[in-house]
Order: sequence, then structure tokens, then C-alpha cells
Amino acid sequence: MRNPLARWPAARQLTGRDRTGRGEAARSQRTIELQPRTHQADRVVQSICPFCAVGCGQRVYVQNEVVTQIEGDPDSPISRGRLCPKGAASRNLVQSPLREYRVRYRRPYGTEWEDLSLERAVDMIADRVITARAEGWQDHDADGRSLNRTLGVASLGGATLDNEENYLIKKLFTALGIVQVENQARI
Amino acid sequence: MGSNMAENHPVGFQWVMEAKLKGAPVIHVDPRFTRTSANASFHVPIRAGSDIAFLGGIVHHILETDSWFKDYVLPYTNAANIVGEKFRDTEDLDGLFSGWDPAKEGYDTASWQFAGMAKANSAPEGQGSAAKAEPSGGLGGGLADAEPERDETLQHPRCVFQLLKRHFSRYTPEMVEELTGVPRERFVQVAELLCANSGRERTSAIVYSVGWTQHTVGVQLIRTAAIIQLLLGNIGRPGGGIMALRGHASIQGSTDIPTLYDLLPGYIPMPHAEDQDLQTYLDGHVKSGGGWARLDSYLISLLKAYWGEAATPENDMNYGRLPRIDKDHSTYRTAIAMLEGNVKGYFLPGENPAVGSANGKLQRAAMAQLDWLVVRDLFLIESATFWQDGPEVAGGQTRPEDCKTEVFFLPAAAHTEKSGSFTNTQRLVQWHHQAIEPPGDCRSELWFYYHLGRVIREKLAAAKDPRDRGILELTWDYGASGPKAEPSAEAVLREINGWDQRGRPLSGFAELKADGSTACGCWIYSGIYADGVNQAARKKPGSEQSWVAPEWAWAWPANRRQLYNRASADPAGNPWSERKRYVWWDAERAEWQGDDVPDFNRTKEPQYQPGEGASGDAALSGDAPFIMQGDGRGWLYAPSAVLDAPLPPHYEPHESPVRNRLYEQEANPMREIYNHPLNPYNEDPEKYPFVMTTYRLTEHHTAGAMSRNVPVLSELQPEFFCEISPELAELRGLEQGGYAAIITARGRIHARVMVTDRIAPLQVAGKTLHQVGLPYHWGQRGLTRGDSANDAFPIVLDPNVHIQEVKAATCDIRAAERPKWP
Repeated sequence: MRNPLARWPAARQLTGRDRTGRGEAARSQRTIELQPRTHQADRVVQSICPFCAVGCGQRVYVQNEVVTQIEGDPDSPISRGRLCPKGAASRNLVQSPLREYRVRYRRPYGTEWEDLSLERAVDMIADRVITARAEGWQDHDADGRSLNRTLGVASLGGATLDNEENYLIKKLFTALGIVQVENQARI
Repeated sequence: MGSNMAENHPVGFQWVMEAKLKGAPVIHVDPRFTRTSANASFHVPIRAGSDIAFLGGIVHHILETDSWFKDYVLPYTNAANIVGEKFRDTEDLDGLFSGWDPAKEGYDTASWQFAGMAKANSAPEGQGSAAKAEPSGGLGGGLADAEPERDETLQHPRCVFQLLKRHFSRYTPEMVEELTGVPRERFVQVAELLCANSGRERTSAIVYSVGWTQHTVGVQLIRTAAIIQLLLGNIGRPGGGIMALRGHASIQGSTDIPTLYDLLPGYIPMPHAEDQDLQTYLDGHVKSGGGWARLDSYLISLLKAYWGEAATPENDMNYGRLPRIDKDHSTYRTAIAMLEGNVKGYFLPGENPAVGSANGKLQRAAMAQLDWLVVRDLFLIESATFWQDGPEVAGGQTRPEDCKTEVFFLPAAAHTEKSGSFTNTQRLVQWHHQAIEPPGDCRSELWFYYHLGRVIREKLAAAKDPRDRGILELTWDYGASGPKAEPSAEAVLREINGWDQRGRPLSGFAELKADGSTACGCWIYSGIYADGVNQAARKKPGSEQSWVAPEWAWAWPANRRQLYNRASADPAGNPWSERKRYVWWDAERAEWQGDDVPDFNRTKEPQYQPGEGASGDAALSGDAPFIMQGDGRGWLYAPSAVLDAPLPPHYEPHESPVRNRLYEQEANPMREIYNHPLNPYNEDPEKYPFVMTTYRLTEHHTAGAMSRNVPVLSELQPEFFCEISPELAELRGLEQGGYAAIITARGRIHARVMVTDRIAPLQVAGKTLHQVGLPYHWGQRGLTRGDSANDAFPIVLDPNVHIQEVKAATCDIRAAERPKWP
């Protein structure tokens, strides 16, 4: 817009085609230049909604290593770009102010949470698995048949875990003789 | 039925709406009028817990009006099979079948078998015959080697077709009305619409969710739907089927690649104590006909994936390293074992039993008996903090300093922070790509379990105990790399897919061998990494492919989008009709063709007949579509694989205000009851006269961790409530927006009162029956807090699958003061 007067909406309303002033005459330069934040993303990653089992496609927009938007993926033949209220709230989920980012530790009979490093937590849990596994170990049943298992450890997993994660859980626990391995599918 | 698709699977419901726009009638049968009802052609209110009576009435109608699809039923089902003469039906024994052993509370199923069979069935010893037996993993029903006697005229009094007629003979529209509260005219209208929209030219689909599974008769309920769909010819055909709408992103995957006590990957049954060596296991489980005949190659390839070089023919492929099960080790049984002090440690990756499991009070008390607990989640959920702010602490019954449980909370990575695959409700395995690195201490489950295994192996490296050989010999290398030493999910997927001796990725399960030359982590997923390509990550836009969209992600098995689709063609291999064309035999090219990958041996001609002694796929004829069944047929009558009934009877829920009008036997005789002081049942229907049922809301997700902690969702649905009719409100003096106590033998929970005519009272057995609806998402933490509906429900389970009955129980409801929620 070379003519500075043309930036004045009233002038544009009087001289342009938008005589009612409800269309292009009212548009400011700022409005014209506005872009959705999805346009400014450094990258877009195709993902799948983590809520129900319809499996809607999601597009995750990332800028400066932060998720800036999650939208429905129009390429998905399942969802054709749509998301429900929960799926549309996915960014709110992964960036919830209530999300916990630190390991928390509560000692027996403790009244408060304490800090613990991740490495130390894994090491302590490994020690406890080894002990509990031994305490609940059963070599044989009453008839002398091999059981080769422990009832000292159990697991109940959610059903928003990846297949690859479930595979490792079952493989590891089976090799340790842990049989009480369950998930939400039972519920 | 048993589903509120519009509200709980809204994006999937767009396809129902498309069908409706094309003229399909949509019927919603549910205790509540919901958005699904509003969008349906009409809504049928039903008493919670009476679905088998309703569906049994439809079976009766189909048979009575001769509406069954004869050309489909005769060749494709076991309608013509003749059952042995010792069999007695519920009509003979007032609600029990022959073989009932009251001492063992279970059935000897010998009398359920078909006439002319050499042996009872091929279920392993201790499974067909033992009372309180465990179902045999995911194996399709097996049959003994001999062919059963058949009567193709369907006239023999003991043929399945005649037994079916007799079994459901009293499920008349009048009886349906008495049991379900559905007026007979309305019921007949549903049955007629279903029949009118089935056959050569048309197909009907049945959709269900946990409204069907969470009952003491859950398996039999779905069996009844299967009988209807087989009789109407609606299985294996486009627009047909029985669709389970599952509620979690990868709950199908967690069943396929299971974290379940009774299964190994790909529905291979966990070994029982009887199965001491590999040969004994295979002898007991391998079926002579159908896809399970190759169980040896599936299991041995799994053992190779687990133990690699350490699994050799000389050491029985390391089979002996597998732990054995000998009873129910499911989650509710385990919770009782915790209460008894027999479980020391507990992992909860992404699960919240303090809110999400039946009888939350018992769940919390059980966790307080643990030595240690590991919770991995995005949020500090109720199951991590029960010692600190659970209802029992708030109520002053326990104090934090009295709870011995050591608790580790490890923050989890969100779906945007890791790569991996989810399997959706239609078996579609879809890859999600990592967008950003997980923040702080947050890590994927892949990271946690890989490193936990690594550290345990390091600590046990010097161990000499034979029991440690299994963990030390395990293959455990997944290319952990990067600043966080994250294992590669693709490396795990590659192992799931499997490889041959040269390390080449397998193209599918047909390549699996029983000689130890192939490794495969989950046989039904084999092919997902064919050609070294992550097939689950295929994202070719739906708009650029056929309506079946075979190049979007990957479906198990073998990228087949619809199971048993051979049934979409007639016995001669031609489509039943042009309208319903899907998969057909192309005589010129001598192979099966179609819009989908045929779920059948591609080159087996329709006229093929098995020779003497044939096994596996070769034992099934060219017109036997149900290839995972030992006989290739759809089972109207199930002589094995289900424990509690070969034909489904209507039983009342464990807690019911209504007597069973059909049989002396009130409830499922095999239901699993846990008598424990913390698990009391409502005994007196006078005291607890109403039916209560749980459900979900669009804005919340299951036990609430992923929605009560999300600001926008909490704002949209901010408070726990109970849904009741104006009539019940008046009866109990409850006010809209006031508060009520829902009273059971488990105690009281409080809820805001929502009075609505969406949950209308029904006339059942001559009396007015009121129902109470309870969304079960709430707990003590998060942005919106409230009592947990599951605290009001007892633990009582289906005997086949050990799932709890929370869709129908009894209660009283009274006006209450505003509760002091935190």
C-alpha cells in the first residue's frame, strides 16, 4: 500500500468496493500478516491420538523444541482430520501444569515425598525386584512339577503403552519368572 | 448395544452417520438416552444386565420367522453338527447344562461334544474337564481329529440348529419384555429391521463396548451376538461383523502383544503346570486343522526371539525357562493375594487401580500391604498417593505413618516424546513419531524396562542359580543410544516381525519354521517389518488410495483389514451380490482377488476337498472361511473354548433386584465370587432396590489421569454426578443439583444429582425398575475431584476372562449433605 491514506479504513471504505466496511476495508495490516502458529513450526510430526482406540491421526507442530499445536491429520483414512474434545486437548495433556517431571520417592511409613535421582531409582528398583522375586519363588508344585516362577512381583499396566514397550515388559518379566503381568484389557 | 459410540468414540461415529445418510437404520439399545440415541433412527431403553435376553429373543425371532441365511449357514457354520446324546440343555436342567459339578463349581464338558468324535476335544488335559478350569489362551476352538456326524437337512433333534431352536424357544417377545423392560412391539421392530437388512444384498453390523464385557456373562453375551450374525450371514462381509469399540489407544495391542498372565505374544497360551516339556505342550495345544496347526512354528520362533543362540533343539528350545501357570493369576486375584501379604512388589505403568478397578477401597488396602510400589505416569495419580490422601486417610481410618509401602514415582514420557506403535480397535497398527525429547526425568516405558532389565542382568551376572539362567541368556540389545540412552523402538519392532537365519526380516508368518531357523516375537505381527521397512509407519493419504486404504499403516495378520473375508463370497467363490462384493475367486488367474488381502490361502480353489490325513490349512476345504477354527466353520454351538455354556442362557447379574424368570438358576453358576470382609455383596433386594451402571463421558478418559489433570477437559466436565429419572428423584426426594449418597454394602459414595428423563424407569416383571447412571472418572486428585464410582462396585467376575461386573449391580440412593471433597 503505497498511499498512506489507504491504510485508513474509512478511506478504503469510501474508495473501495467494501462500502459497508465489514470486509476488506476493515482488515488491518496486522490482520493480513497474521499466520497460524502451525505455519511457523520448525517441523510437523505425524502421530496418533493417545486417548481411545479409534486411532485418529494427529499432526504435532514443533517450534524451538516445544510442541506448539496438535491437530487432526487429514491424511488419515480413519479420522480424516477430525479430533474429539479429548484428542483436541492433547497439547493441554502433554503440557498440563500438573504434570510431574521429577522422580518422587516415599520411604516406608514416610509422610512426605522425597527427591531421588533417576539412576538411583532404577538401581533401587532392580534390587527390590531381585529380592521380591526370590521371596516369592516357586520351583515346583505339590506334585513336583516345575513351576519356575515367582508370585512375589506383579504388574498392572495401562493400555496406552506402545506395542514395543509391552513386548519388552512381557519378555523381561517372563524371563524373570514373573507371571502376574496384567493390563487394562482385563478390566 | 453396550456402547455410546457418539460420545465415547466420536470420530469413529462419523462412519455410522455416513451410513445413516445413505439410508441405513441405526438402532441404539442402551439403558440411557445419549447422543448416540439422539443420532440413531430410534433408541431402545433396556434394563442393564438383561442383554442376553434381548439378543436371545432376536435369535428366537430369526429362527421362528425363518429369516436365517440358509446358503451361508449350512456350509459356513456348525448348524448341521449333531451333538452327543448325553447332552442336556438349560431347558432340561432349569438353567444348568449337563456335566455340572456343584462341588467343583464347574462343568465336565464331555457331554457337550459332537457325536462321532473320537475324543472329547483337543483341549489340554485339565482344561475341558476340570472344574474352575482356565481357558486355553487365545486358541480358537479345537476339535478332535474325526469329523463330527452331520445332518445337512437340519432335522435331527440333536443337531445344533434344532438345539438352538429349543434353547431359545421361550425367548419370546413377551418374555423379552418381562426381562428387559423393552415393549414387545419395539423389540419386534428391532428384530425385523435386523433381518430385513441382512442377506445377500445387505449386511448389518453390531457394535459393542464395555457395556457388554463388564458382566459376569460378558463372554456369553458376545457369543449371542455371534450367533445372530452367523445366522444372518453378517460375518466376514463388508458392512457386517461384530465391532468391539475398545477404549484405549493400544488396548488391542496390549492383548495381541500381551501383558496378560495367560498369554504369550500372538495369543499363544502360557504353559500350564501340566505342560512340563515342549512336546507335551505342543501335543496338548496344536490343532490338527486350521491356522493353529502351526503353533509349533509360532512358539519355537518366539523362544528364538527371546533367547536367540541359547535356545537349541538339545535344550528343548529353552522352553523350560518359561514360567508355568496353574490357576487364575489375573489382576483381581492378584489384588486379593496382595491383601494376604503374598505379593511384595507391584508395577503400575500407566494404570490407576485405586480409581479404575472395581472396589477401589479393596485395591487401596491391597497396595498398603506391599513392600514396594512403582508407579510410572504423567501425573501423581491416586494409586501413587493413596497413602497420603486416599479416602481412607481423609476419613481418618488410616494415617500415612501407618502405611509400610515404599513408593517410587517415575515420570513417564508422553506420546509426543517417543516413537512406537499403537494398535487401534480394528487391528490397525499405526506408528507415532517422536516430536520432542522427554523433559526432566520423564522417560518412555521402553527406556525404563530396557534399563531395568540391563541393571538386573548386571547384578545377577555372577549368579549360579539355575533360575537366573533365563534372564541371563535373554537377548537384550536394542541399540540404546543418544544422550538419554534410549533404546530403538524400531529394533524392537524388527524383533516382533522376526528374521531368518541370515537376519533377513521375514515377510510374514507363512515363513515361520519349527526347526529353530526363524525368530519372531509375535507371529500375528510378522510382516510388519517386511523388506526391512516399518510398514506401520506408512502414511499414504487416504484420499490417494482405495476405500480399504491398504497402504495406511498395517493391519495384522498380513495386512488383512477384514477377518474371515472369504465369507464375503459364496461357497463357489462368487460374491454374494454385486453390492456386497469384497473378496472372490478368480478362476482364470486361479487365485482369490479382492479389495482387501484375502484372509484365506490365496490359491486354494473353492472346490478344494482335504484328503485323508491332511492337517493345518490343507485340512480345511475350499469353502471353510473360518480358518483359525479347527473345522473352518463358524460356531453357533461351542463345545469347547468357553467354560460356562455351549449356548448362551440369560442369567441375572450377581446383584439383581429381579428374579430370573427363565430358570431356577439365577446367575451364572461359574461366576467368580470373592468372599472377603472388604468385598461384601448386596444380599437383600429390598434394601438395594435400584440398578446402577457405570459409564464414560466425552470429556474424560477412564480413571481420569489423562483428563482430570487437563485444564480444558476439567472445565468442560467439572463434577462427579449421578444420573437419575424424575420419578426416582421424586421417590427419594432428590433435587436437581443437590447431593445424593449411593449406598451399597461397600459403603457410601456421594455425587451431585442430575435429574433427567434420559434414564427412564422401565416396567420389568410387573414392577417399576429405576436405574442410576454413574460416570466413573473421578478420584481424589486432579483439577476436578470427587468420589470414585468404582468404590461402590464389588469384585465379581466372568469365569472365562476374569472381567468384573460393573455394568449392573444394585444400590439404594438417598439425599445427602454436600460432601467435603478436597
